[in-house]
Amino acid sequence: MHFTRRETLAMGAGAALLTVLPFRANAAVDDLIAEFTGGAELADAGVELTAPEIAENGNTVPIEVSAPGATAIMVLAAGNPTPPVATFNFGPLAASQSASTRIRLAGTQDVIAVAQLADGSFARQSKTVKVTIGGCGG
Amino acid sequence: MASGVKPRVKVPGKASAGEAVTIKTLISHPMESGQRKDSSGNTIPRSIINRFTCDFNGENVVDVTMEPAISTNPYFQFEATVPETGDFKFTWYDDDGSVYEETKSVTVA
Repeated sequence: MHFTRRETLAMGAGAALLTVLPFRANAAVDDLIAEFTGGAELADAGVELTAPEIAENGNTVPIEVSAPGATAIMVLAAGNPTPPVATFNFGPLAASQSASTRIRLAGTQDVIAVAQLADGSFARQSKTVKVTIGGCGG
Repeated sequence: MASGVKPRVKVPGKASAGEAVTIKTLISHPMESGQRKDSSGNTIPRSIINRFTCDFNGENVVDVTMEPAISTNPYFQFEATVPETGDFKFTWYDDDGSVYEETKSVTVA
């Protein structure tokens, strides 16, 4: 196999781009969290995210979020083309600040839940979900 | 345009005052994410339900903002307090402006 100088340069540029891309994706998630929290500190305790360790089908991954006393919970999928998944706002008649739903995951990635607690502070929890078949078409 | 949208809601018919009841909702909707391509390579435009709310006698229970990462036929399960006899009102808001509504009555014995 022979590579011309031009091809080698192109491959090098492609490889450099690939290593940079994951950092960009994380930056988008950080921006979204900062927008939700207003830049406040994130505690580890206070929000519970239940997600399967291995999801066979990325089109419907059952998840459950729960944060006692929370006013809002935001769910993000760090590895999706569009990271936001859903934001749950709980009203005065919510008996428990928990909800379950089904989400799409493009591939193996971290699912993040950020909750705004009753005292105005924020908590986050993330879970890694292994996805066998991605759920974003293609 | 989403066709054949049909909301389905499961709420107990009776409850005691102040009881927490579990509510399950499902609405049939394709939830086109805007990421998929058709056979000729054109992107299929996004068409999803972007908001879901549940109210009891005008008081809010839950208000969910939805993004394309919610699965086809969005399903939600949550708990609500029933203080008195009344109606649960469920509302789904589609990207195309349609609003789907469903009402369920609960009797407090």
